[in-house]
Amino acid sequence: MNDNPLIALAGYFALLSLFAVGGANAAIPEMHRIAVEVMHWMSDRQFADSFAISQVSPGPNIIIVTLIGYHVAGLAGAAVATAAMCGPTCVLAFLVARTWDRFKEARWRIAIQAGLVPVSLGLIAASAFVLARSADHNIYAAAITAITAIVGFATRINPLWIFAVGGALGLSGWL
Amino acid sequence: MSASTAPSSSTATRPKLSELFRAFVIISISGFGGALPWARRMIVEQRNWMTAEEFNEAFALSQFLPGPNVVNFSVVFGSRFGGAPGAAVALAGLMGPPLIIVTILAVLYARYGDVEALGRILTGITAAATGLLIAVVAKMATPLFRKRWDWAPLIAIAAFVGVAIMQWPLPLVFAVLAPISVACAWMTR
Repeated sequence: MNDNPLIALAGYFALLSLFAVGGANAAIPEMHRIAVEVMHWMSDRQFADSFAISQVSPGPNIIIVTLIGYHVAGLAGAAVATAAMCGPTCVLAFLVARTWDRFKEARWRIAIQAGLVPVSLGLIAASAFVLARSADHNIYAAAITAITAIVGFATRINPLWIFAVGGALGLSGWL
Repeated sequence: MSASTAPSSSTATRPKLSELFRAFVIISISGFGGALPWARRMIVEQRNWMTAEEFNEAFALSQFLPGPNVVNFSVVFGSRFGGAPGAAVALAGLMGPPLIIVTILAVLYARYGDVEALGRILTGITAAATGLLIAVVAKMATPLFRKRWDWAPLIAIAAFVGVAIMQWPLPLVFAVLAPISVACAWMTR
């Protein structure tokens, strides 16, 4: 790769974004391989910390690339890494969405759409399961998960306050 | 949406660009531990911009495009309601606030460099975010399971078992199940 870190950031993340089927969490191992093992941009510990920061930040978890970019080349690095990770897939998503809506009545389009929905649902359910298994390592954490699930499903109450309670309990060392 | 709008969505209101932007800012800053539950809450439950089925379809499409799901969703949703400007506005609303917040956190981290407390807070937030994801799965499953029991729930269960229980790689599960599922949809129609 080139000596200029901005070009390396742009190249790697643009490429990664087009192969990252399954979203941000599916791409984390590959990001770790590039940032820590191949490019030596950051240590293992720094990568783990970046991951933690991206998780406690609101918004899409893909924001971890902003942190990696910032670490490598400051604000310019943050901007370049984020644009590279989102740009190509956003253009693709836009073109597909346009085509998709144009063939609204086509039988192949209806079949693909109807076929994708159950696979999608199964995969989201799987990520909830995997997340629950890693997050709920004691009874209090499991209780927070259960309460949030019930409030989220059965009521229209904004669940953000449970996040605050969860964060506070976590900070105090209960979880 | 084009002139040939399906009758099912004609009851839905059409957001203005400013509303679109505001909605995605709120989705974004509420979205601790994943933005999907907040996107559904805003779009289906609060604003009635899409029905439960339309949301499932738009999100499924976003999920099977490469790249971050919710980012793709903002583009798919924005372009459907406002063309290229709609897509740009939704994307800017989704990515703008967290970019600013995370950059501030990065500066603080560079200065203080200890995220042990952050890790503990994260444990609690993740537990809650997991619950919210379970709730959204249940809601998204409702239209699918409410119809008569056909192939669709079986495909959903197979995808879940493959990834969660058998721990097969996600691309493999997708590559096997998606063609079967689309073929079932083609034949049963």
